[in-house]
Amino acid sequence: MSKPVGDVDKVRKASDGDSKGRSPGRSRFPLTVVPDAKFVYDPSDLENWDSTRDLGEPGSYPFTRGPYENMYRGRLWTMRMFSGFGTARDTNARFKYLLEHGQTGLSIAFDMPTLMGYDSDHARSRGEVGREGVAVCSLQDMETLFAGIPMADVSTSMTINPTACILLAFYVACAERQGVAATKLRGTIQNDMLKEYIAQKEWVYPPLPSMRIITDMMAFCADHVPKWNTISISGYHIREAGSTALQELAYTLMDGFTYVEFGMKAGIPVDAFAPRLSFFFNSHMNFFEEIAKFRAARRIWARHMKERYGAKNPDSWRLRFHTQTAGCSLTAQQPENNIVRTAVEALAGVLGGTQSLHTNSMDEALALPTEHAVKIALRTQQILAHECGLTDAIDPLAGSYFIEAMTNKMEEEAEKIFSTIEGMGGMIPAIERGYPQREIARAAYEFQKAVEEKRYINVGINDYVDPDPKVIPLLKVDARVERDQLAELKKLRKRRDNGAVKRALEEVGKAARGTANLMPPILAAVKVDVTLGEIVDELKKPFGEWREPPIYW
Amino acid sequence: MPCYYRRIVNLLEGVKKGDPLAVSRAISAAENGAAEGRALLDSIAPLVGRAVRMGFTGPPGVGKSTTIDALVQVLRAGGERVGVIAVDPTSPFTGGALLGDRIRMGKSTEDAGVFMRSMATRGSTGGLSRATQDAADILDASGAARILIETVGVGQSEVEIARAADLTVVILSPESGDGIQAMKSGILEIADLVLINKADRMGADKLEQDLRGAFDLRPSRREADIPILHSEAFRGKGIPELLAAVDRHLEARRKDGTFERRRQANMVRRLRSLAEYMIERNLWEENGAGGRLESMAKDVLNHSKTSYQAAELLVREALKSR
Amino acid sequence: MKAATKKKPPPAKTPSRKYRVLVAKPGLDGHDRGAKVVAAALRDAGFEVIYTGLHQTTEMIVNAALQEDADAVCVSILSGAHMTLFPEILGLMKKRKMTNVLLCGGGVIPPEDVKALNKMGVGRLFGPGTDTREIVTYLNEALPKLRA
Repeated sequence: MSKPVGDVDKVRKASDGDSKGRSPGRSRFPLTVVPDAKFVYDPSDLENWDSTRDLGEPGSYPFTRGPYENMYRGRLWTMRMFSGFGTARDTNARFKYLLEHGQTGLSIAFDMPTLMGYDSDHARSRGEVGREGVAVCSLQDMETLFAGIPMADVSTSMTINPTACILLAFYVACAERQGVAATKLRGTIQNDMLKEYIAQKEWVYPPLPSMRIITDMMAFCADHVPKWNTISISGYHIREAGSTALQELAYTLMDGFTYVEFGMKAGIPVDAFAPRLSFFFNSHMNFFEEIAKFRAARRIWARHMKERYGAKNPDSWRLRFHTQTAGCSLTAQQPENNIVRTAVEALAGVLGGTQSLHTNSMDEALALPTEHAVKIALRTQQILAHECGLTDAIDPLAGSYFIEAMTNKMEEEAEKIFSTIEGMGGMIPAIERGYPQREIARAAYEFQKAVEEKRYINVGINDYVDPDPKVIPLLKVDARVERDQLAELKKLRKRRDNGAVKRALEEVGKAARGTANLMPPILAAVKVDVTLGEIVDELKKPFGEWREPPIYW
Repeated sequence: MPCYYRRIVNLLEGVKKGDPLAVSRAISAAENGAAEGRALLDSIAPLVGRAVRMGFTGPPGVGKSTTIDALVQVLRAGGERVGVIAVDPTSPFTGGALLGDRIRMGKSTEDAGVFMRSMATRGSTGGLSRATQDAADILDASGAARILIETVGVGQSEVEIARAADLTVVILSPESGDGIQAMKSGILEIADLVLINKADRMGADKLEQDLRGAFDLRPSRREADIPILHSEAFRGKGIPELLAAVDRHLEARRKDGTFERRRQANMVRRLRSLAEYMIERNLWEENGAGGRLESMAKDVLNHSKTSYQAAELLVREALKSR
Repeated sequence: MKAATKKKPPPAKTPSRKYRVLVAKPGLDGHDRGAKVVAAALRDAGFEVIYTGLHQTTEMIVNAALQEDADAVCVSILSGAHMTLFPEILGLMKKRKMTNVLLCGGGVIPPEDVKALNKMGVGRLFGPGTDTREIVTYLNEALPKLRA
């Protein structure tokens, strides 16, 4: 029995019938820098624009057109799909699946306990083990994660923040056991605590001790893991928490400047660590604004690094970034529509010149992605890379009156926000006061109101709504994950030399109370099977614990 | 016994025992202005007066909640049961409120010896004093040795809080402009102690100097006695010293009779507020004078009455029908 | 007390009864965008909203709800730990005799789990894409019935 090929008229009629109750104005993306009143751009919008000063060549200061001379003609962006769930063994299998299907870099998602510094057997971890990512408590878990995956050949991104120092130690020690020298390791560790206080809200220690850990890692990697990106200064989470594109841009860059200042204060020459700072942005639905945002980011960073911080190495001026399509734009309603959303957002990332890209799967508003959904997300990138001619010309939108005007606008407005935050004494005082957190909460509320009042149309949510929601198969994380992990952990605690563990922890504590670099004692500790939670607890003693300030919005 | 009275008796017994569920429901009854609340408050009256009430106020962002949390921990270490009331403004437009001070409470929320209640001002005149004072009475009767009351130092709230407390701590921090603003707004008129929090920041010493200078300019002898303390509440630094200074202050005031005189003065103000609240409620709600307002207004506008005549008529009618 | 028993019970009318809602973030999950948006929406609809902040244990949440005499406890969970955390909160509320308190919430909770939780006694659970006005209506309808 053959199905009808498709009754276009029927679909059209049904769609028109859906669009009830729309407000008379057009749909406007909330809180954007793109002005409402203006709809034609022309040379007069670029009167003060100088193509040599403001545009430059790809790969040259101020890098508006891209960090590299050849961009995608030289090498495609890395297709790096964030993944992780369950036990290390489960994630190892998913990694192998993705590598087989053409993924070119690994990106690890950890579970909440690992992110927050609790071992899987801690009381606080109950019900959370292996749910939002993979549980990694020990070097053994890291070895299981990379079993059969040659660490010399892959570049790995680890999305981990307050416990980043420990995960890096696990990674380096694991590679050592595979016979791979640390000098060969390529990858990124997120390690951006400032955005945690602002947006993602994973923390253990207060800001100043966190900055100490981060600068220790920067110094350690400069000497021992030179190909490693030590911070992925992130705007993604700031955007997901509800910020505007402008706030995402400004707060992220401000965080970046703060890391530079702390690194310099710690005595590390700027050109020794700045080249290894990388960025991570969101790509949301407001297509042209996103592209302008990416281009402005590169130009702003280059200008500040050269003129303000006196960096001499062009690698220090060169902003490189990873992009993830906006999780918060995904809808639970009519999830297949998310395939389209992700494609549009990915396109913006590519036209914005991203170095690596993660595309969300259609089911992610509801759960971690199934294999089927994640494959479509990966195919989306492959189609963009190979079928559309996107890589033929570098920064193809350069010179567009609209795009250059918006790039300029983003830069101007960002500079205003920098001044405001500097007026408060910098990003850390601003965070302690709750300033960015409050701005973001307000923007999130405004966005919600815009949707509820239909000033912004969100297909499937406030218009074109399906009366009968379709159910798609979702990934379920088995309770056996927690059981398996706890059993492994129990065995480990029994098997190891607990005397050595105790001594190793004492060394970590000693370094923390003094000024010695924390990485060597942490590395030594993980090699004798000290667990993540034990190291975190040891550091809590001198560093204290952070609690968020009450803010009103 | 009719079930209404059984409810009050049960609540009363629960409050006396310090049962948190009873205390909680009792505070709600009092806050909602129900007759049940009134009966309960009358019943607990003999038990009220044992606890020391401390008011905390200061501009937003100085670390009041953090200071209170740190102080609670010190008090708990000393074995005292503590009540905390955090007051935040009700939105005049929506009637709702966002009460976020609990965020800083952390571990204290799991401590059975600490009872914290967030209260909104609910906008009405005298509303802050009345409901907060009633809640403090209930916590007092339930066995709390100390009651800490926190407000944001804007508008009249800080003055009202001072009038509800046996002693008031004003908290400031070295962030730009705080000290000068405080002096301008007169917040220092009500301070018994000043705490400079985040004292590790630059400007703490200058702030202290500026405050001393402002105090010295005032004629009253009392100001010279105001202790100015430093703290880093986030780390717990300076908090035991704060408590020691508070206790010294209280002991001195009890000795020279100031403590009792202040309670007397506070109670006078409280009674005046309460009486005014009752009259107002009587006038507008229970006697329906509110319904007459529209027609009276029309009369004034078309010159058949003057505004003073109209208002007098409303009051006389209300008094007559009592 | 003797004199009191002679008088008639006073009228049941109360002048300004506000509904108090505790918005809570249990467990390790740090995603508070939704919780804060809902808190602001409820405030704008005239509720008194007590926001607990992040990283609350179930004990802390129930203690807070009890002390604040919350009419409703709205729990936001996006980490997948809902089948552990909701039942725990229900159990603690029962133990503390907090009858007449509505437990509801939202986050990322698959439909079968929503059904299972409803069966256990949890009120409505609001997922992604919910209009905050729906939550306001729900509470305005459900709460008077509970405290009647």
